[in-house]
Amino acid sequence: MKYDVIIGLEVHAQLQTKTKIFCGCATDFTPDAPNIRTCPVCLGLPGALPVLNRRAFEMAVKAALGLRCQIAHFTKWDRKQYFYPDLPKGYQISQYDLPFSHSGLMEIPADPEVAGAEGLTRKVRIIRAHLEDDAGKNIHDESGRGSESQVDLNRAGTPLVEIVTEPDLRSPKEARMLLEEIRLLLLYFGVSDCNMQEGNLRCDANINLHLHHDSGITTKTPIVEIKNLNSFRFLEQACEYEVSRQLKTYGHLEEIADRTKRTFGYDPQRGVTIEQRSKEEAADYRYFPDPDLVPVIVTADQIQLWQADLPERPQDRRQRYQTELGLSPYDAGVIIEQGRAFADFFEQIVAHGAESKQASNWITQEIQRILNERKCSIGEFPVSAELVGTILRKVSDKQLTLKAAREALDALVSYSEENTVSQETLEKVIQERGLSIVQNDELLLNIIQQVIQKNPKPVADYLGGKQAAAGSLLGQVMREARGADPQLVKSLVTQALDALKSGNS
Amino acid sequence: MTLEAGSSLKTGSGTGTSSIGSLFKALNSGTTTSRQIVESCLNAIDQRDGSIGAFLHIDRERALQAAEASDLRRSTGEVRGPLDGLPISIKDAICEAGQPATCASRILEGYVSPYSATVIDRLHAAGAIPLGRVNLDEFAMGSSSENSAYQLTHNPWDLTRTPGGSSSGSAASVAARMVPGSLGSDTGGSIRQPASLCGIVGLKPTYGRVSRYGLVAFASSLEQIGPFSLDVFGAAALLQTIAGHDPHDSTCVNTPAEDYLQTLDTPLADLRIGVPKEYFGEGLDPEVQNIVEEALAVYSQHGAKLIPVELPHSKYSVATYYIIAPSEASSNLARFDGIHYGYRSPNFTDLESLYAASRGEGFGPEVKRRIMLGTYALSAGYADKYYVKALQIRRLIRHDFDAAFQQCDVIAGPVTPTPAFRLGELTDDPLAMYLSDIYTIAANLAGIPAISIPAGWTASGLPVGLQLQGPVFTESRLLRAARMLEIDRPWIDRLPPAAGG
Ligand SMILES: [Zn+2]
Repeated sequence: MKYDVIIGLEVHAQLQTKTKIFCGCATDFTPDAPNIRTCPVCLGLPGALPVLNRRAFEMAVKAALGLRCQIAHFTKWDRKQYFYPDLPKGYQISQYDLPFSHSGLMEIPADPEVAGAEGLTRKVRIIRAHLEDDAGKNIHDESGRGSESQVDLNRAGTPLVEIVTEPDLRSPKEARMLLEEIRLLLLYFGVSDCNMQEGNLRCDANINLHLHHDSGITTKTPIVEIKNLNSFRFLEQACEYEVSRQLKTYGHLEEIADRTKRTFGYDPQRGVTIEQRSKEEAADYRYFPDPDLVPVIVTADQIQLWQADLPERPQDRRQRYQTELGLSPYDAGVIIEQGRAFADFFEQIVAHGAESKQASNWITQEIQRILNERKCSIGEFPVSAELVGTILRKVSDKQLTLKAAREALDALVSYSEENTVSQETLEKVIQERGLSIVQNDELLLNIIQQVIQKNPKPVADYLGGKQAAAGSLLGQVMREARGADPQLVKSLVTQALDALKSGNS
Repeated sequence: MTLEAGSSLKTGSGTGTSSIGSLFKALNSGTTTSRQIVESCLNAIDQRDGSIGAFLHIDRERALQAAEASDLRRSTGEVRGPLDGLPISIKDAICEAGQPATCASRILEGYVSPYSATVIDRLHAAGAIPLGRVNLDEFAMGSSSENSAYQLTHNPWDLTRTPGGSSSGSAASVAARMVPGSLGSDTGGSIRQPASLCGIVGLKPTYGRVSRYGLVAFASSLEQIGPFSLDVFGAAALLQTIAGHDPHDSTCVNTPAEDYLQTLDTPLADLRIGVPKEYFGEGLDPEVQNIVEEALAVYSQHGAKLIPVELPHSKYSVATYYIIAPSEASSNLARFDGIHYGYRSPNFTDLESLYAASRGEGFGPEVKRRIMLGTYALSAGYADKYYVKALQIRRLIRHDFDAAFQQCDVIAGPVTPTPAFRLGELTDDPLAMYLSDIYTIAANLAGIPAISIPAGWTASGLPVGLQLQGPVFTESRLLRAARMLEIDRPWIDRLPPAAGG
């Protein structure tokens, strides 16, 4: 029996604003104590009112534009009502029927394992992206001794953007790839730190199967929503498990009577999805417009300004690295995956004269190796992209061998521990360590001997006392030994001629 | 016409305190001090509040200290304005840092607000002295004080009757001359109805004129904080102190507050007064109707034109209000869950029973009734039939006013269908109670300003108010029109029995 896997995602990402979405509290909720990043507004105290943080709205718009969404000219805020201890107001401020953005598109390479999909691009439609406030955290006593549960509201009121896709994904792997691509986009746009351990990026997956029975009948299994997946691996594993579970449960049925949507959680320890308490199955959130907030009106001009200000999407960069810089899809992908600062560094190396393939190898190997050794990020790399570019230009100019270039980079890195590293430092390092190709090589001396043999006249003139005759010999050597140090060439030519002189006399 | 504020008023302490206008004059002329005023208020509270029941909490020491600070300012010529040194009572739903804010509910018993409402900050900045927290119907839901979880408030004109509500303590504390002014809130008439039943001035500002930050929310899209005062001067002084943009309230309009006192004594020439026939129909007490018509005649004598206008959708006001207000209330009151602050029932076994017991025991019957109503009106499958429909009718009611104000400058009529009813008279009939707001609710639905001013007294000595409504942001027009009646037929000398009248 053939079957199609149908998956759609709901992705929640915390925006990295300095302050919360409806109050002035700081959003760094890694403080040492609970409930210290709070105020009357995010505590939901009687009489407190929310006021929209414009920065949060702008960041959310930026994310939505990255997802190629349409931005609504009119958007409003709605209350989503339910009782939970981490929700101090008794409702979440969200967007119901008029989200600030809709109708976007993301593209990922289709999973080649999916029949007929090899080499294709999977176009995933984004239904909407909307903005809402995050809840706090319930802290339960895990000891089992029955002490009281506690609530920490440091996180309450942090801006969250929720991205909802159409069920356009066709395999658990595609689900994972889409989430990875969304994460990269949010990172590159600087709108979220996407820290999944902290729960700053999390996702729900809606999944079901279309079963094509041998009889020609197609049945659809009930949609299962798997809640709160906070790692790429868990997303993929949970979906894989759910595919097999649904196949086992429904694979033999040509008719499925109860197709009610069900809510599951994922237990990563056991690798299984588990149906959650279905008591409030038909949760009625009683959405209605929040009377404490005014709608947001966005003009076409404003949208144009935001659009013009948009950074390059990681997807577009990956494409550009292939078409303009000639990198393989793999190499382009490796660089893009390392983040925007890393890719920027790569581009600066190229801009300073490095050949792009060489730059790609270097940043993914040499530089990555040093970063790993020093346990630091590209932002903390002690040698500037300009210097790395200069080193690599010397390689392509045949002034340095690759081995020497590596040595120069290592020398600069260790030198950087006590000094600032500049262009002069690089020259000094090359000089001191004799890294230059011409010093290492018999090449230059051979060229000089050849030039002397081919030019008996100027040689004779020089030996006859005409110092100036050495000039034309020097010029010829420089032309032959492209990129050689002129000072060095001059002294070697003089030495060679003087050797002839003393040999003659 | 004489145009001097409070020209015929006494300032003696024997009858309690006096109007803001006369106290301002007395302070300026040096015949009294803020300390004397606060002391006379505290004395009046000691003497009378046992039978009135307006105050839930009084902060004597702080008030006396603030009075002394005000007197010191006055002696060095640093007076902060017309309210400097004057004690003001505060409805117990408007938060002040360090003060209780019970909303007259068990669920907030013992709750102390850690922050102040914007209006409270502005009172302090103007040198005014919040003197005490006054009673209300629980969470401002009610029209009689009978829904307070703590006490009944009695009408100073007849202790067996209601002072109105929900700002019951605000109106009674001013009418009984225990304070010269008060801040209340008006969601469907909660300032104007008690002001009318207690024979004082009460003003509901335009929606967005005054910050709601720190007012415990009942129905956010309808309510405004506003002043109570014995005189129009006091209402103007209080309003200009608390009005104006507030970055903490997105619905507060970003236009500067006006100087209402500057224009107050300039009568309005060629005033066109709209008189809607819908306000003079069935259910209106004939004595109330007579008093209102006599007040209108006063305006006619001063050159105003009375113009018949129509408010065809006003008959749907009460029904519309009792969908929208409970819907918002059901959501606004969700935060009182026994988890974060306020009352937590000891009778629970799990999370759900903690919610159920805390809310079940903490809220009174009227609050529960409205939470149920609102929850139902917003439920899936019903929201379109009730909530969405109510929003549509609300728009029609607004259009009624827009059309009427094409023909007139203000709309006049009664505030309530009857004078103060007896406590206990309507407690078993919530619908009849709801109808006492029939003339006041539309202004909240439309967001327009409205004022209640004393128009006269019934044969049995109960006060009756006149309501003036204006287009948005015409508070200055309403105050000037009110002042015209006050000058022609001054009411302040008429003391209620509870204040020695
Ligand atoms: Zn906060």
